[in-house]
Amino acid sequence: MALAKRSFDAVVVGAGGAGLRAALQLSEAGLSVAVVSKVFPTRSHTVAAQGGIGAALGNMGEDSWLWHMYDTVKGSDWLGDQDTIEFMCREAPKLVYELEHFGMPFDRNENGTVYQRPFGGHMQNLGAGPPVQRSCCAADRTGHAMLHTLYQRNVRARTQFFVEWLALDLIRDASGQTLGVTALEMETGEVMILHAGATLFATGGAGRIFASTTNAFINTGDGLGMAARAGIPLEDMEFWQFHPTGVAGAGILITEGVRGEGGYLLNKSGERFMERYAPTGKDLASRDVVSRAMATEIKEGRGAGPHGDYLLLKLDHLGPEVIEKRLPGIREIAKKFANVDPVKDPIPVVPTAHYMMGGIPANYRGEVVAPQAGNAEAAVPGFYAAGECACASVHGANRLGTNSLTDLLVFGKAAAESIIKFLQENPGRKDLPKDAAERTQARLARLDGQKNGESVAEVGTEIRRTMQAHCGVFRFPDMLAKGVKKIREIADRVSRTQIRDKSRVFNTARIEALELDNLIEVARASMVSAEARKESRGAHDRADHHTRDDANWLKHTLWYKDGDRLEYKPVHMKPLTAPTIEPKVRTY
Amino acid sequence: MRFRIFRYDPDKDEKPAMRDYDVALDPHDRMLLDALERIKEQDDSLSLRRSCREGVCGSDAMNINGKNGLACVTKLSDLREPVELRPLPGLPVIRDLIVDMTQFFKQYHSIKPYLINEDPPPEKERLQSPEEREELDGLYECILCACCSTSCPSFWWNPDKFVGPAGLLQAYRFIADSRDQATGERLDDLEDPYRLFRCHSIMNCVEVCPKNLNPTRAIGKIKELMVKRSV
Repeated sequence: MALAKRSFDAVVVGAGGAGLRAALQLSEAGLSVAVVSKVFPTRSHTVAAQGGIGAALGNMGEDSWLWHMYDTVKGSDWLGDQDTIEFMCREAPKLVYELEHFGMPFDRNENGTVYQRPFGGHMQNLGAGPPVQRSCCAADRTGHAMLHTLYQRNVRARTQFFVEWLALDLIRDASGQTLGVTALEMETGEVMILHAGATLFATGGAGRIFASTTNAFINTGDGLGMAARAGIPLEDMEFWQFHPTGVAGAGILITEGVRGEGGYLLNKSGERFMERYAPTGKDLASRDVVSRAMATEIKEGRGAGPHGDYLLLKLDHLGPEVIEKRLPGIREIAKKFANVDPVKDPIPVVPTAHYMMGGIPANYRGEVVAPQAGNAEAAVPGFYAAGECACASVHGANRLGTNSLTDLLVFGKAAAESIIKFLQENPGRKDLPKDAAERTQARLARLDGQKNGESVAEVGTEIRRTMQAHCGVFRFPDMLAKGVKKIREIADRVSRTQIRDKSRVFNTARIEALELDNLIEVARASMVSAEARKESRGAHDRADHHTRDDANWLKHTLWYKDGDRLEYKPVHMKPLTAPTIEPKVRTY
Repeated sequence: MRFRIFRYDPDKDEKPAMRDYDVALDPHDRMLLDALERIKEQDDSLSLRRSCREGVCGSDAMNINGKNGLACVTKLSDLREPVELRPLPGLPVIRDLIVDMTQFFKQYHSIKPYLINEDPPPEKERLQSPEEREELDGLYECILCACCSTSCPSFWWNPDKFVGPAGLLQAYRFIADSRDQATGERLDDLEDPYRLFRCHSIMNCVEVCPKNLNPTRAIGKIKELMVKRSV
């Protein structure tokens, strides 16, 4: 059956921070853009970011993009590409000012400038300290304020949205060039081809591969699934950030801004244990360090609560005024999800899966790159990626708090500028290949005709349980090996899921089944990549290889769906203009 | 726990019906959304919107025992049984608990929900004092869930002409912003028997807002500004 088709200069998949920043640039350049989003734009998960945007404005004291760059490279445990990191840290202040000009309701200092708070791993003087106040925030609702501001600016620019459309597959022709996506309109069940000269993925994260996550239901790695099925490798998927402070039992995020404003962690004896693990940075060491310390406390019997399975985040000493002014959302969350009022009592917290450092391989211009004919990083023509779904790689093995929002702004805009240039040099659209919608139609037909299959909920639970047990904060060689076997078995089960609901109208059962196709690619890539990396670096901690091994492992992983195989490529150690930051032992 | 849920699939049902569900809850199930996820495991045809599950994305607004709210921040222990769930009132139903929000967003878009400032932007940020910034508190936090507008009788009767509490709260958010230069234009646009003045201070909006915002107060401030400029 031939599908209906619509044509655009560019299609942007995803309407979170990166997608909206890119769409704005493209719309204002006068291009015809389709922004495809499976939820109304302001429901994208950027909305849940709390603590702030990292940018060296220097409003609170001396700061420089070079210091921000140093902290980011060190935070990445030297796996981040130094050219992209330099680019991000240099561009960040400009992008924050722009956002302010768009109307972002930043908190303010007495002199009228944007207020900035301290955050983990952000220091003065090339890591030497003291901590620097670099996180530009709107109370503890920075992501909400930023996402709404960007959406509002797109309303002004008359950007065209396809709201509640799920992108299903990436279209590539025989030469490998991308030509848009297939997508499903949820309300009607209709599938369409969105034909475009350039395609940008800004589909966000995939935290839903874990049982305990700060991520929203929608974070199912759709862009990664689509890219993997179209033959694009996924980079550094073993690196998953566990945020130190998710509400115990509920998984809801409690911003690092709590510790930035002066809160700290306690174990069951009331000891401020981070002083033992990170004598200088203490509670503001980087997230991988704090999460490991917490997991160690729990493992060694110093966890709080009746089962000793969480730690306590104390902030009552900040006083009700500071809490009400700087952390009102946290107070609301703690009351609702932990039954405590942090003005009086500490919040029970545990490390919780939060952020995917890996993703679709991209460079600092937002172009997707993959090995081709001896070139480890050949641009895939017409294909761009930005934000959490991309691996640029600015975050390397561990992302610093605040750098995710910075990443969305900087690389959302950079990708759009690359698209504008590409479309100037390559006007018009190449013809669609005959089989453009074949993969999509086969997936839908399989799902509609499946008999005696398993439920999507059951198989999804298996993925989450397996990832949680085999690929968590601490990783063990035997568990990883078993995990690889298990996740491969589950992948077979995913190809036989069955839905009972066959309605055409807003069929969420079908949508969840299609999302599961994406989740499993992310889970498999993560487990296989983690099993293979025989060192400990950033968020990847192996019991049999306790230290970082630069001689053998200072390299990026590339996972291919085809053959479930791995390749590696070098880390960019050379920044654009700054001197290289040489690897050294990482302590906080 | 017992639930009665509004079900309607235009693809196969002639008319809507309430369906009963009994659900065995897990000790970790704290919120209404947790229970709905359990129900969906039994019956995958139940359709609803949901995403962040922490009350910040605004997806899972619905009518819960007669009152609008977000399923993800409504505690199960606060609900009497059977828990009756219906789609938000006053908007066309697409399916089950999913309503067509076109009219709601059209009204939001109609108030020009973006900063208007025609001066060339400075090299750095525009300055704003902490006091000026405080004027935006209680306004910018809106999550566009539509709980307020769809609990407002004036919006039910005139969804095409009355902006509704959500849109008006945002209209005031920009009027109140020291950086915005379009106050006159914004007031002109609202000076209309329907767009603003259909609000009769019934205050349903205030009662249901899951973020504890107060659209009625914002509407009052807009009216005050109109009076002020006319004298």
